Amino acid sequence: MQDVNWVALTIFVLLFGLITWLGFAAAHWRRGDLDLLHEWGLGGRRFGTIVTWFLVGGDVYTAYTFIAVPALAFGAGAVAFFAVPYTIVIYPFLFLVFPRLWNVCRKHGYITSGDFVRGRFGNRWLALAIAVTGIVATMPYIALQLVGIQVVVGALGISGTGIAADLPLIIAFAVLAAFTYSSGLRAPASIAIVKDILIYITAFAAIIVIPIELGGFGKIFAAVPTQKLLLAVPGPNTTGAYGSYATLALGSALALFLYPHSLTGILSASSSHAIRRNAAMLPGYSFMLGLLALFGFFAIAAGVGKLPEYAAGFKQFGNNFAVPALLLHSFPSWFVGVAFAAIGIGALVPAAIMSIAAANLYTRNIHREFINSNPTDRHESQIAKWVSLIVKVGALVFILFVPTEYAIQLQLLGGIWIIQTLPSVMLGVYTRWFNDWALLLGWACGIGTGTAMAIAVNLKSAYPLALGSWTFPGYIAVYTVILNLVIAAVLTPVFNALSARRAPVDQTAAADYLA
Amino acid sequence: MTDSHTNRGGWRWWHLLFVIQFVAVLWPPFYNSIEPRWIGIPFFYWYQMLWVIISAVVTAVIYLVTRD
Repeated sequence: MQDVNWVALTIFVLLFGLITWLGFAAAHWRRGDLDLLHEWGLGGRRFGTIVTWFLVGGDVYTAYTFIAVPALAFGAGAVAFFAVPYTIVIYPFLFLVFPRLWNVCRKHGYITSGDFVRGRFGNRWLALAIAVTGIVATMPYIALQLVGIQVVVGALGISGTGIAADLPLIIAFAVLAAFTYSSGLRAPASIAIVKDILIYITAFAAIIVIPIELGGFGKIFAAVPTQKLLLAVPGPNTTGAYGSYATLALGSALALFLYPHSLTGILSASSSHAIRRNAAMLPGYSFMLGLLALFGFFAIAAGVGKLPEYAAGFKQFGNNFAVPALLLHSFPSWFVGVAFAAIGIGALVPAAIMSIAAANLYTRNIHREFINSNPTDRHESQIAKWVSLIVKVGALVFILFVPTEYAIQLQLLGGIWIIQTLPSVMLGVYTRWFNDWALLLGWACGIGTGTAMAIAVNLKSAYPLALGSWTFPGYIAVYTVILNLVIAAVLTPVFNALSARRAPVDQTAAADYLA
Repeated sequence: MTDSHTNRGGWRWWHLLFVIQFVAVLWPPFYNSIEPRWIGIPFFYWYQMLWVIISAVVTAVIYLVTRD
């Protein structure tokens, strides 16, 4: 590994110090009683349009995204750009579905998707399935954020053996855990503002400076091997790369706002109008993500993969080292410090929100439902604070002792699992038609089939579905959520006919979904 | 369009505009080509980036016209 880059490291540490202070100071921001779960875990639902923009932006466009999407472009080419259609098609869902969910959650004091499903369908086992899916899908996601920190710390030239090698990561996580515990969702919301300003500065500086250094976009794209520039044109009797590209974009979009951390960000907004406005404003991040994907090509054109000074980094982190190497290669040390701090802090924001979201789910839909049905408000928020710590320690242990590859594979499975909550949550916002047990069976079949399909293709995202003489390679999450829906729809009339008991009471009324 | 005002917060015809961006970006045959380039950037890339902007504008328009 190269020598320690002292200038960059100093800037990096200073910026980390700033956000640490900010994270603790955030407890006093829009002050509320942090002994109430909705104050600690949803910031009192007091974030306006702008703060929500930063919070959801920091939540969705994570440090790992900023490392992994360009890394995919660097390694595989055009397919990495699926992130752009993906982050285009999510916003109609955000605009249409989630203001309704916000309204009903506000009206009934729901904090999680499990709370909503419990109220809507009156089935605590279905709510448990939603909560467990959310927690399990979130854990590897938190672990992946740590990979983002590991890569930039390594790129700063810090290396060591044994515990010393992991020390920066452990310090970063101790800081994260402490301010999340004390300030709740207000901490990542305030830090997200600093982080995004740094990220935007980095992205725009890079998109202007690097193409000039490399002699223009024409030269950059000329350096990329032709087969990487476009999707492979499908052969006869298959939808080929087109099918997997489109279904990956659509399935990722459908899954995104089902993740507990996305929902936490949305529910903390102060009004359903703030959410609708954000559906028009959040594409600002999508645009930046598209620019960042191009960094993978910049890295190819700059030839960083072949430079001896970065060989050790690529050896240790693989293609995930492409962006750090590009930044080191193209910018003076002080700016590298700013850019790496942006990525490192960019890992802390979503990791904090994810751990809060998982803690909310555990507290509301597992602990309160199955262990202690009548906690005091103070007790409830205390449990959530402890669970947020446990979740983070779990993620840290995972990343320190288990190969990174497993976290990536689990995160892929997580996407396939979380989408199975779509019928209960996203369709539940519109209709109470489905039978609760039919939904639960549909969920189980979706999870089972999705996991089996993923294993059958060695934990890749696309499965070559064969129908007659045609093959449709596509994102497993999309195929299995369709199966899930069909099963839920077919079983609903069957279960309704078999069951003599009346359907459980729906706590929500049609008017609760409207502003 | 008369019932769009009575149907507060529910379905509106304006929402059909969202379909355009789904079709435009989820059908790769439309844009899987190098030419025409723009400032050296292949069509595949600038087309999808352009749709980020168009979709944001469309969403803003839908927000403004359906706002109560």
